Amino acid sequence: MQPTLSLLEPPLIERILREAFTLISERGVTVQAQLATEVLSSAGAHVENGIAHIPEALARRAIETVPRTFSLYNRAGEPAVIYGGNNVQFDPGSSCVHVLDTDTLEHRMTETADLVRLVQVAEMLPQYAAQSTAVVCNEVPKDMGDLYRLFVVLEYSDKPIVTGAFSPHTVPVMIEMLAADSGGHAALRAKPRAIFDVCPSPPLHWSEFAAQNLVDLARAWVPAEIISVPLAGAASPVTLAGTIVQHAAECISGITIHQLAQPGAPVVWGGAPAIFDMRSGITPMGAMETCMLNVCCAQIGKSLGLPTHGYLLGSDAKTIDAQAGQESGIAAVMGALGGINMISGAGMLDSLACQSPEKLVLDSESIAMAQRLLQGVQARTETLALAMFANAGAAGDFLKLPETRRLFRQEQHIPTKVIDRSSLHTWEQTGKKDVVGRAKDKVSELIARYKRPELRTAVDRALRSIVEAQARREGMEQLPIV
Amino acid sequence: MADELFELMKQSIIDGDPQRAAEISRRSLEEGIHPLEAINRGFLLGLNHVGEQFEQGEMFLPDLVLAGEAMKAATAILEPEIQRAGGKRESLGRVVLGTVKGDIHEIGKTLVGTMLSASGFEVIDLGVDVPFELFALKAKELNADIVGVSALLTTTMTGQKNVVQALELHGLRPKVKVILGGAPVTENWSNEAGADGYGKDAMGAVALAKSLMGNKVSDAAD
Repeated sequence: MQPTLSLLEPPLIERILREAFTLISERGVTVQAQLATEVLSSAGAHVENGIAHIPEALARRAIETVPRTFSLYNRAGEPAVIYGGNNVQFDPGSSCVHVLDTDTLEHRMTETADLVRLVQVAEMLPQYAAQSTAVVCNEVPKDMGDLYRLFVVLEYSDKPIVTGAFSPHTVPVMIEMLAADSGGHAALRAKPRAIFDVCPSPPLHWSEFAAQNLVDLARAWVPAEIISVPLAGAASPVTLAGTIVQHAAECISGITIHQLAQPGAPVVWGGAPAIFDMRSGITPMGAMETCMLNVCCAQIGKSLGLPTHGYLLGSDAKTIDAQAGQESGIAAVMGALGGINMISGAGMLDSLACQSPEKLVLDSESIAMAQRLLQGVQARTETLALAMFANAGAAGDFLKLPETRRLFRQEQHIPTKVIDRSSLHTWEQTGKKDVVGRAKDKVSELIARYKRPELRTAVDRALRSIVEAQARREGMEQLPIV
Repeated sequence: MADELFELMKQSIIDGDPQRAAEISRRSLEEGIHPLEAINRGFLLGLNHVGEQFEQGEMFLPDLVLAGEAMKAATAILEPEIQRAGGKRESLGRVVLGTVKGDIHEIGKTLVGTMLSASGFEVIDLGVDVPFELFALKAKELNADIVGVSALLTTTMTGQKNVVQALELHGLRPKVKVILGGAPVTENWSNEAGADGYGKDAMGAVALAKSLMGNKVSDAAD
């Protein structure tokens, strides 16, 4: 039995959905892209002054056409991420602008070399089912920053990728790159490698870019993930329940636009719901209420049968300290118990601003513990204990039993040396390292063992020529060495 | 009697109660208290108290916002009376405020606007997604003292520099001061963008604006 955490009783789920449908039909949703408003109004939504009033029946029909499950594929063409049901998978947080230098504790602006290191570390850690376009490369013109990040990840990883675009005109270029990587548009559609995050602006606002993005992705059959970002108390109602209503309304309206553009195209009920910190004005990703919101929002999506996503494991700490471990560890467990299909955010510090390879390593340990939790308690032997007692003899020497040797790896998650369970003596003899020191060692070890994927020459050439053409357009004569 | 009313004024701001603030404003006028006195000896003390408590972490953003709203309710009633009496509440300066092009986040910017106007600045809020040039055009047209540029995203933060450049092109620098705000903004960035400073929060922005106006006065005196 996979243990699950449920924070909403069925009658409350119903109330939340009822209010969400009321919001999108009566108050309406701002939709700025003409293509999207046309799609909505020709399907029966009333659009006036840029506000779309979406009838519940129309939205419900759209929800019906969403595929209940779909996969993302690795470079070898194997399904490596499965959206749907209670599958739980993790990927690093994306779009950070800083990386933590663990020697100086400086938060440096990120460049290509930082992204490469993060990709290498995430590639080597099985806890990450997918890569993300984790940081912005600041030495590259910002108008091509989104497609350039994707290029770097495609060059350095075989895993599926959670990505996103910064502007409407780069979406087709990024789709072109993915098609080149997959061996054509038909191959990309059959076995998508990447999913695009698309963000409505709270409250209930689809900007021209975001709405256009939904339509473009749907029509290309490239998976989209709606990232609704209500901030309880500031950009959404202060109550958790009220914020969950807004999240549902934003997801439902996005799904309606998406499915009307192309029924059956893959789309995910997702987001980064958080509270708003009333002292600092930041969005505390490590707050318990942020964890609860993510679990609840996924629970609403699940009640509609949809694939789900959440944003957890980011910490508000500025360095890899006890706060970071506490916040990210709790979040990993909560997200896993919530059965959220894709949990983005690992590696993040300073809310959502900073990434760190060492934190990715530490978070992979929390994720491994959460994954162990999901295995639950199983009856693996015919008698639970009687036979083992009979065989262990009077002294109860269980270490000697063949069952112990046969079963301990299934029963116990064995952490790497990042988690210190050594004796005090050993700890003293090995330099009294704390978790950051051990994570640094692990990062060096992973990068030393990492092997860059061998891209087919034609794929590599195609990717480079697309990205170089964009770079020239942006006035960058030569790409950084990738 | 008047002292009692001043105390109630202060309390209405601390409680963040616009209705009560308006009610007491009307009462003070009926009782012949000079509207400038009401602001300076009553309401403003409440606002200062809330600001201090916020700085100390004892009060929170909703307290601050509603104190600002209560202050607005009071001044909406008192200021016309000041003018009618031929006086003028001395403005601390005129601020043109907006969130930079490409960015539609307004929580921080609006909060700064509320606190600036509650503190005695004249605030012209241009809204969100404001073109670089428009900051300069409005600053020129309205003879602004300060331009406040907000950006929440690191991707849009670069636009703050464009606003500084637009002001330069229109020959408004260094007379018009530029203050920056937003989660990713740091002192380093403020320097790099050529601005006059950044506010780490709404109260920081008010303090910065006041100090820049102080400098302006002494600049002029030089």
